Order: sequence, then C-alpha cells, then structure tokens
Amino acid sequence: MEEKPKASLWKSLRLGLGIIAILLIYAYGFQVTKVDLAEFRKESRQDSRIRVLRALARPDIFEYDQEEFTVYAPIYVPCPEQPPDFPPPDTSQPHLALSASCGKPNESIQVEGFNFQPNIKGPIFFVPSSDPHDTLALQRGNIETDSQGHFVTVIRLPNRPSTEVQYIKTITRRNVGLPRFSQTAIDTWDKIIETIFLALLATTIGTIFSIPISFFAARNLMKDIKSSLTSIALAALGWPLGIAIGLAAARWLQSLLAKWSDQIAVSLLIVLGAALIGYLLLRWAVFGVSREEEGLSMKLLRSLAQSVSILAWIIACFALSQAGVKGGFSLASRLGSFAFLGNFIGQVSDVITVLLPTAVALGGGAWLGNLGGQIGTKWNDSLPSRAVKALNSLLSALAGATLFALCGWGIGWLYETKDIRLFLYSPAVIGATLGILLALFIPSKQPLPIGLVIYTITRTILNAVRSIEALIMAIVAVIWVGIGPFAGVLALGLHTIASLAKLYSEQVESILPGPIEAITATGATRLQMIVYAVLPQIIPPYISFTMYRWDINVRMSTIIGFAGGGGIGFLLIQNINLLNYRAASTQMIAIAIVVSAMDYLSSAMRERFV
Amino acid sequence: MLEVRNLTKIYEGGVLALNQVSFQVPKGQFLAVIGLSGSGKSTLLRCINRLIEPTAGQVIWNGKDITAASPQELRLIRRKIGMVFQNFNLVYRSKVITNVLAGRLGYINPAWSLVGRFPREDIQKAIKQLERVGIADKAYQRADELSGGQQQRVGIARALMQDPEMILADEPVASLDPVLAHSIMRYLEQINKEDGVTVLCSLHFLDLVHRYADRVIALNNGNLVFEGLPQEIDDQKFKEIYGREAERIG
Repeated sequence: MEEKPKASLWKSLRLGLGIIAILLIYAYGFQVTKVDLAEFRKESRQDSRIRVLRALARPDIFEYDQEEFTVYAPIYVPCPEQPPDFPPPDTSQPHLALSASCGKPNESIQVEGFNFQPNIKGPIFFVPSSDPHDTLALQRGNIETDSQGHFVTVIRLPNRPSTEVQYIKTITRRNVGLPRFSQTAIDTWDKIIETIFLALLATTIGTIFSIPISFFAARNLMKDIKSSLTSIALAALGWPLGIAIGLAAARWLQSLLAKWSDQIAVSLLIVLGAALIGYLLLRWAVFGVSREEEGLSMKLLRSLAQSVSILAWIIACFALSQAGVKGGFSLASRLGSFAFLGNFIGQVSDVITVLLPTAVALGGGAWLGNLGGQIGTKWNDSLPSRAVKALNSLLSALAGATLFALCGWGIGWLYETKDIRLFLYSPAVIGATLGILLALFIPSKQPLPIGLVIYTITRTILNAVRSIEALIMAIVAVIWVGIGPFAGVLALGLHTIASLAKLYSEQVESILPGPIEAITATGATRLQMIVYAVLPQIIPPYISFTMYRWDINVRMSTIIGFAGGGGIGFLLIQNINLLNYRAASTQMIAIAIVVSAMDYLSSAMRERFV
Repeated sequence: MLEVRNLTKIYEGGVLALNQVSFQVPKGQFLAVIGLSGSGKSTLLRCINRLIEPTAGQVIWNGKDITAASPQELRLIRRKIGMVFQNFNLVYRSKVITNVLAGRLGYINPAWSLVGRFPREDIQKAIKQLERVGIADKAYQRADELSGGQQQRVGIARALMQDPEMILADEPVASLDPVLAHSIMRYLEQINKEDGVTVLCSLHFLDLVHRYADRVIALNNGNLVFEGLPQEIDDQKFKEIYGREAERIG
C-alpha cells in the first residue's frame, strides 16, 4: 500500500490561490465580453429573435406564378326608394351572396362566398363607384375560405352614400403551375458558382507558387547545401545584376514585339518561328547531351545553343501572350455565349504578359547568380588560401554594400526621403563593413551553411504571411484591384501560398532519407535526385493537401465577400444588412450544402491518395 | 584497386566515427567489414563514395582521389560504384522497373531523365538484371508490394544497372531471415566471381563472413582492429573485435 501523501499547508494554499486566480480571470472575462442576460430576456429582443428565426426557417428559394380572382357583388348605400333587384349571380363561378342588397352607411352586413378556391386568403373591399373596376377600393377586412371554398364574413359598410350602385369586391390569389426558383435563388446560384471557382483559382495559384517555395522551406533538403563565401558573395552580386538585366531585356523585347501587336498573324508567325528554333536547339543542346566528357569547345557551343534556345522560347512566350490578349478579346466579342472562352484566353494571356517580365528577371537573376556561384567555387578551389581571403574581403564587401544599398533604397522610396545619403550610402557602408568583417572572421575556405540561411528566411516570411488572416488580406486586395471576386482570389491565393508551402515542406521533411541516399549514390545530379527520390514520395501527400486546401478555401471564400472579396459572402452580408433574412437564409443553406459537399468530396479523394 | 588512407570522420558534435583507418582492396576482392553496431562500418562505406563527407584522409580508387573530386567528377565516379543498403532504400511508391532504371541516372541524358524517359536499351537491360535476380515478373509492380527479400534483389539489380566496378553493401542481409540472407549473399558472390566486381560488404554474422568473404577488416569504435583472412578470427581475435563480454553464436 502506498502511503497517502500528507496535505501540506503550502500545497493547499497554492491550490486555493490557483482557484482564486482562475475565478478572477473568468470574472474579468465576463466584464470585458459584456455578458448580459437581461438584454437576452428583453421583450423586444424576444420578438426580433422569433421574427428572424421564422424568416430563416422560410428560405426564399421557390416562387409561383399567381392567378388573381376578383369577384364583385353590387350593393346600394343607402337603400334607394325601390328595393334593388339584381340578377342572380352565375352559381357555377365563384360568387358572393350578401345578407342584404342595400344598407345604411356604417351598417354591418354579412358577406358569404361560394365556389372559391379552397383554403385561400385575400382582402375584401368596398368599391365606392358605379364602375366595379375603379382603382379606388376601401379594404374592409380579410377573408379565408374553408376546404369547400366557402367563407362567411361580416363587414361594416363605409360612410359613402351614393344614389348609384356600388360594389363589394374580393381579390384572391392562387399559385398556378410548378414552383420555380426565385430571383434570390438564382442570384445565390450565380454567386455560389463564383465562390467555388474563386476557391479553385486561389488554390491553383497557391499550389503553383508554394511547390517551389516548399523545397526552400524543407530542412532536410537545405541543410546540406553549403557554399564558400566567395561563391555566395558572387552569387549575391549576380542576382540583382541578373534581375536588372532580365527586366531590361524583357521590356526591350516587349516593346520590340509591340510593333506587331495589331497583327495577330504576324505575332503567331513569330511564335511559330521562335518556338521551332527553340525546340530544335533544345533537342540538340539539352536532350542530345550525353553524360560522357566532351571537349571545351563543344561545351561552349552547347551552352551558347542553350542560351539562344531559352531566348527563342522567351520571344515565343512574349509573342504568344501578345497575340493571345489581342485575339482572345476579339474572339470574346464574336463567340456569343462562348465569349467566356475568348475572355479566358485574353485574360490568361494578359496574366502571362504581366508575369513574364518578372519571370525573365528572376530567370536572369538565377542565371547570373548561379554563374557567379560557380565561378566563386572555382576560384575558391584553385586559389591559395590568402588570395581567397583577400578576394573574399573585396567581394563580400561589394555584395554587402549592394544588398544593403538596395534595401536602403527601397526604404527610402517608401518614405519618400529626399536625403539620398542616409538611405543609399550609409547602408552601403554598413553592408560593406559587415561583409569585410565576415570575410575576416571566417576561415577563408570554410563552406558556409547558406542552405540553412535560405531555409530560415523562407520559414520566417511564410510564418509572417500565414499569421495574417485571409479576411484582412482581402481588405488589402480590394484596395489593390477593387471590390470583386478577383480581390478574393488574390487574398486567398496569397494565404494559400503561405500555408500550403508550410504543409508541403513538412511533408518533404518527413520523407524517407534512404531513397535520397540511394539515388545520390548512383551518380545522379541534385535535380535527378529530387525527381526520382523526393517527388514520388511527396506527390500523394501534395495532392491530398491541395484538396484539403481547396476545401478550406471554399469555406473561406464564403466569408471573404464580407470584406468585399466577391463570392456569396458579398450577397449574404448585403441581405443581412438589409434585414432580408429570408434571402440570407437561402444563402446560408447554399453555403452549408457546398461546404459539406466539398468536405465530403475532398476527404473521399484524399483517402484514395494517401 | 581501392586504397583508403588515414580516413577520419568526426561528426558534428564531436563523435569520432572513424579514426585513421587505412586499408587496401585489390580489384575483384570480396571484403567483409565486421564490427559492432556503431563501430563505424556504415560511415566507412559511405565515406568511400562521399555520401558522408570524410573529415580527413584520402580514398584513392583506380588512381583517382575520390576525396578531392569536384562535384562533377564525383558523380562520374559514383556511377561506377553500386550501393546496396540494409533497408533496401527503394522508392516504394515507384514501380520496380523505375527503381532499377534509377541506376542509369548517372549515364543518361539528364533532361530526358527528368521527364522520365529512358533509352530502350536501358529498359531491356533493366529487365535482364531483374531476370538475373529472378523477379522479372514483378517489373511493373509497385516496389512496396514486394517482400523484403525481393526488395533487396531490386536493390541489387539497381546497383547492377550502374555497370559497377565496385559494390558497397551496407549490411545487405541484416533485415532478412537466414534463408533469404544466403540467397542475397549468393547474388553478391556471383557478381563478384563472375563479373569481377570488387565487393565491400559489412556483415553481422561470422558464418556469412566465413562462407563468402575473401578477406576481413574489423572496426571497433572507429579503429581498424583486425585485417586478415576470415579463418584467422579465433576466439582471442573475436573478443578483441566484439569486446570482452561477447559470446560467439553461429
């Protein structure tokens, strides 16, 4: 038997203090969240609750065509000298029978109806005119027929004396034909489709960008990438230079091709020609390479061919996007109900036109950065230690100065500074100093864990972006591109990039290291290793996470409209603000159906892949 | 001819995994590497093709210094060194044939390989290697549908695809039962004897060493404690290799 531990004073005191602290926390919580049951019990609240609840319970989905029946019965007010004698009504039709054919003003008479539609309601009027179709009618009450289409009601005659005949009139409506969708339902359908596609586009954008990012954010892939300071510094110098060159080249090409922007045929011809050249060179210079050693001149020739091929492909892309913008939008105006296809071509081409210079700039940066890195490695390996140290000091000072000056320039632009020294020169000096210090303190040929640095930076940015709610991003995106679903696509897309890249990179981190080792041991390049050892392991979870994210995005896109991001949320918040709860109810039901359907679909599909 | 000179590996954190290990392997020899778990066998094999970067020392193979090779040269060297692993290290979601063809990655055009295209003769060669290890009928199954012994045969076929001059086998039979172990070891022996491929194979069981190895080296705590013929391992030597408390089994 274990002995029961003795209750010590300190222990009980600590427990008591803990309970008091928890009580205090909740008391303060009640205070700040304004918990107030009196408000809950108020009569007015009660009424509005019931009203809203009933409205929500009757979603505005169906409506009917209605048929109106008007039935008259003549009457004299007051009674004339001679008692009136009206012809008897047609008893095969709905008709009214009055307890008296005339009456004094303010007298009550009984009205009986026969042959009406069973179980319908409608108003009963007094028409103070000899024309029964006169628009002026005084409502005297409501009627409600029984299951035989019969009703009895008592109405008071109005004080409208006249020598002429006047009329009692009932108007009843009934639904005819089949129910059809109400305007609200049709609008809701439109918007829910918009919502699903909004989520689809956002997920697609997110997936495209997050796949490459996820590799940079995977520790197991990045931790072994080490590089000497020489090559890092040269790469750091090469990147901005390459980006600048790429951007300039892209702009020049675009302006060159703009000459033929009106002639689609010429643009398409350029596409074909450039693509053919690019393809032939690609076949020879990339797909024709054997892994055996080749002479230097052959290597140079091949890399020249590769560069020309890339250039040709870029020209083809530019010309294609240019032709696409022109052709797509002109198709859109001719295709009639398939205009959306032309519009799609035009918009996609426009997106490519916008993105292409950026891509070319990044490509230029990667190319020059890579070249710098390779030259750096070569120098680092071949030069003596002291020379490397001297070179490192120079290069890393230059690289530090460049990077810091670029950052400083950016900040200076943001704050519209006039003083260029403060934001361009002083960061450059700081950067150069840091670079020199780095070069001096690090043993000259020691490889630095640049992979881990990139990993950390990527992770930090991803975490920062992920912590911003998509709803807040939508507000920013609305400022950017205006209210509408496109803003929602951008906001959700950005959020998707950050969260998918994180999820993906965790998948990459959890893959088996064995196949990587085995494929590396066969003499494969790093890229081959990724394609043969990493990709087969991550594609199923990537698909599964993409589905999951689409599911989340559908859910998010239903409320992204609250911030102006398009989709069904836009309609929902409008109807709530207009107190149109029946319409809001329709939209809520639509959201529930779509979200649960997506939930089911995505989990069913994910099960197949994992 | 493989020559290992003063090979030293110190892991981050200061663990000394290999301490000044030197030995030579003539071409065509079947060398067994024995020692306790954690004695540095795996590290030694991986330092030879630089899957693990050695801290100091040299590995010279056919006159080339592997430890000083540039990344490009290293890839050309690696493709001539096949490797077989304890856990097979197959890509389990890929087909068997894809796993085998991966052995050609060092030879074929990189661009084609990235889009998954292999030359016809390589595919025929892959089928032939699978026939050699007796599982040609499994070529188009997924690797994870195979049993352990079959998976290791896929691993051997992959190594054979490299047209290797040397095979590094890291405990190739430690995850298999004794019957399967012998069948796998016989494939290695066949490759060694028929094709003249040098084999460096780390092993647990001494009976396997006696049965298959031409020569043995033994590691203890990163030190080379024995080098000689399998028959020379007597009780005295055994205790030196495996420690005082060790009992011989098998």
